[in-house]
Amino acid sequence: MDTLRLLGAITALEPRAKQKENTDRAAVEVPVDAFYSLMGRLKSDPQLAFDMLYTHTAVDWSAKGEGPGEFELVYQLYSMTHGHYLLVSARIPRDNPVAPTVSPIWKIAEWQEREVYDMFGVLYENHRDLRRLFLEDGWNGFPLRKDYKDEFMLERPE
Amino acid sequence: MSVHVSTLEERIRLQRTDGSPLATQEYFVNMGPQHPSTHGVLRLVLRLDGETVREVIPVLGYIHRGIEKMGERLGYRQFVHLSDRLDYLSALSNNWAISMAVEKAAKIELNDRIQVIRTIVAELQRIQSHQLWWGVFGMDLGAFTPFLYGFRDREIITDIFEETMGSRLTMNYIQPGGLMFDIHPNFVKRTKDFLTYFKPKLVEYETLLSENVIMQERLRGVGKVDAEAAVSLGCTGPVLRASGVAHDLRKLEPYGVYDKVQFDVAIGRTGDCWDRYWVRLEEMRQSMAIIEQLIDNIPEGKHMVMKPAAKIKLPEGSTYTHLETARGILGVYIVSDGSEEPYRIHLRTPNFNNLWMITEAAKNWRLGDLVAVLSSLDIVVPDIDR
Repeated sequence: MDTLRLLGAITALEPRAKQKENTDRAAVEVPVDAFYSLMGRLKSDPQLAFDMLYTHTAVDWSAKGEGPGEFELVYQLYSMTHGHYLLVSARIPRDNPVAPTVSPIWKIAEWQEREVYDMFGVLYENHRDLRRLFLEDGWNGFPLRKDYKDEFMLERPE
Repeated sequence: MSVHVSTLEERIRLQRTDGSPLATQEYFVNMGPQHPSTHGVLRLVLRLDGETVREVIPVLGYIHRGIEKMGERLGYRQFVHLSDRLDYLSALSNNWAISMAVEKAAKIELNDRIQVIRTIVAELQRIQSHQLWWGVFGMDLGAFTPFLYGFRDREIITDIFEETMGSRLTMNYIQPGGLMFDIHPNFVKRTKDFLTYFKPKLVEYETLLSENVIMQERLRGVGKVDAEAAVSLGCTGPVLRASGVAHDLRKLEPYGVYDKVQFDVAIGRTGDCWDRYWVRLEEMRQSMAIIEQLIDNIPEGKHMVMKPAAKIKLPEGSTYTHLETARGILGVYIVSDGSEEPYRIHLRTPNFNNLWMITEAAKNWRLGDLVAVLSSLDIVVPDIDR
């Protein structure tokens, strides 16, 4: 399916999904409360059939703009059947970073989400094994947050 | 007169004062992080019932270096250096992935010479990576000779790379906008010599290891993962293709000059260890065919289309680019705020996503089979930890 028809099919499923600007592939942004049900339908709908979750990551937008800021959760989906891509993004507040897990839909999400928890501190509801992935269990802070500091980090020379 | 023939269990039970049968229990064993068959510092916590694996819990992070965090403070040209340190056996493909992402976003047009050379060196590296895997695979299963054979033949490619790139492992050769150096005058001849040398050697690989009955018994039917599970578990590359999914970015979304060469995509049928083994052997053959079609027709031109010192700024927005390394899909997700450094750079690495299938594939197999499954995944740990 080409980008336009794909976006049309997705807005038909979820009217609150908006096209995301400045991306190189088809991309939609959805409110986090509509997110889980949309993700399930993206996989089960035979017209869409997004059976592969290539990657899941997050972006910390707190270095831009005022206030506590937001995390943007990014999911890169691919359909083996149709060969089309979709980037799904959802924004959650940085001071209450809770999102539903998609690991029941794509198994690999279990570990991709653990990485995002480890690096950003995003809490996934109903995740069966949410733990640190790379860092030790007792590590303080989440390194990929823009305001992360620890004693090993060097100041950047001007 | 009756003779009583005893059993081991009875012999042991006699020693127990209460006469109860032999008690069994499940137990946990650490495999790694220092273990020869985990190829680096990967730790697996195993729940065992006797010698049967009930659960595999991978524990990561022993060489986590925070490459994505470092990337936020580096220019795109600098970041290419770090990409070598992901999957060091696919250093050129990694360089290429970053370069391709930058070139696509910054709209840098390349000439044919650059594309052809990139394709040739990437395929040479695919062969070299599979040679090393083949050697180590044999060793993990208890055959030492393949290790020596694999390294002997890999050395020739490494020498070819060293002559052109000045480096044997972390090449940093493919740059945004072209190549670090032009190819060495000996490159074409030595590559052709290598092909002539290696073709009969690949037949030798087959007679030495593939046709070995112990190998066949230990691989066939072991650690099966069907197509649906492999897709859901995020497997890519030879691991996914072994499960019967013909998914190869070189065919589906050709980059470089893959659309101008003839080659076949090797796929397996059952997704067992044997298929993962066979797919890689066939890929070596296909890679040689690709190089053969290109090596005599490298077009003339410059090896760099922009000044090496030129600053690269990507337009605001996000971009996702990926390509097929020797182990699967390496994806680069860049979020740019319009400056010289990425606001966020994320790497979707093939090994990270391939690793998790062992939690399903090795379940209820023996400990020795776990080693076979792990080795058939061709894990490179720095690529998992980043």
